[in-house]
Amino acid sequence: MSYTRRSKDELAARVAQDIPEGATVNLGIGQPTLVANHIPADREVLLHSENGILGMGPAPAKGQEDYDLINAGKQPVTLLPGGAYFHHADSFAMMRGGHLDICVLGAFQVSATGDLANWHTGEPEAIPAVGGAMDLAIGAKQTWVMMDLLTKQGQSKLVQACSYPLTGIGCVKRVYTDLATLACTPQGLVVIDKVEGLSLQALSELIGLPLSQ
Amino acid sequence: MINKFVSSVAEALAGTADGATVMIGGFGTAGIPDELIEGLLAQGARDLTLVNNNAGNAEQGLAALLKAGRVRKVICSFPRQTDSYVFDGLYRSGQVELELVPQGNLAERIRAAGAGIGGFFTPTGYGTDLAKHVDGSLKETREIDGRMYVYETPIYADLALIKAERGDRWGNLTYRKAARNFGPIMAMAARKTVATVHEQVALGELNPESVVTPGIFVQAVVKIDRVATQAGGIKA
Repeated sequence: MSYTRRSKDELAARVAQDIPEGATVNLGIGQPTLVANHIPADREVLLHSENGILGMGPAPAKGQEDYDLINAGKQPVTLLPGGAYFHHADSFAMMRGGHLDICVLGAFQVSATGDLANWHTGEPEAIPAVGGAMDLAIGAKQTWVMMDLLTKQGQSKLVQACSYPLTGIGCVKRVYTDLATLACTPQGLVVIDKVEGLSLQALSELIGLPLSQ
Repeated sequence: MINKFVSSVAEALAGTADGATVMIGGFGTAGIPDELIEGLLAQGARDLTLVNNNAGNAEQGLAALLKAGRVRKVICSFPRQTDSYVFDGLYRSGQVELELVPQGNLAERIRAAGAGIGGFFTPTGYGTDLAKHVDGSLKETREIDGRMYVYETPIYADLALIKAERGDRWGNLTYRKAARNFGPIMAMAARKTVATVHEQVALGELNPESVVTPGIFVQAVVKIDRVATQAGGIKA
């Protein structure tokens, strides 16, 4: 049976579906930023940006950009009424102190038990840069990863043990991918959902690890 | 009369010594004290250790200091940006040392220095390559209530350069939007803090309930005409 991958927007919508009313959420740089576009208008969700913003709004209209008001990806954003600014130590206290409900990050690899690798490929020529990735990974009450299941070469990014340098140990609760949503548990991967037409066995073969349902 | 306003950047930065550790505020483009960085370039101090979130954009500011060979070491969380080629080149050729610190640990190490704390145990980075010293040995760890933590030390500075929005002659400061970022904690951590402001106000004009950095943390204030913050370093 054939199946279709979730598009980037479908994947973002799938993540947004699980963010409850009233949650405080940090959306990581890159693909996770798309999730904001799919949070239903009638659901009040507070967005945190680690450079010191709570209650972050959408991108400004063209010509209205203010480069003193940017997100963690350095892109211009807006502030919702009720939003607040604060310094970096407070901003990271919000994370590390367990005050954020959910953080959504991209990843190079996630292990079956929730180890995360998303900051460095470890290649000698690569300039290492970590930003807030390690703080986010271990700080939020729940860390979710959003990524394509397979690399361009067809290798699973869900692995038994990460080969890339780690960002955090056992910190990922859930992985949203273009083919399936899975929970990382101390006992291994548990399938939450998968795209239509993809069997549990086929998914398990793609990942190369046993899955429970 | 206490008056922390000085008439020029040059006067504010006079006496900066070779080998100084200099904290520079800013995240991305917001809150970078461009005029003070230019002033430091003109002042001439060498062999500097810079503490900043990033490692410079294009060829201005931090990148200009780096390019001029004035920087021995950079302590930061995110040196790699789309236009950070000056740092990239120096780092790859071993001409500048890098201490990479997770952003929240960077902020807390700066805060700790300003607050007189001799270090702290943090869960951030535990079990990763950044829980190691430069020589590869493991940093001290401790289990507290069933969770593992890494010991991190304070980062002190000789000089902090920060960009604020409004200030009075006692050095009380407010900031603008996300340009606040590292300003308040860097002001606390340095022996000497120089702030730029776009508005110089009389004592009492800043709402005392809303002062963000109390003047005790600030040694010199320079008024600079407002220039709109420019885009830069955007990662798609």
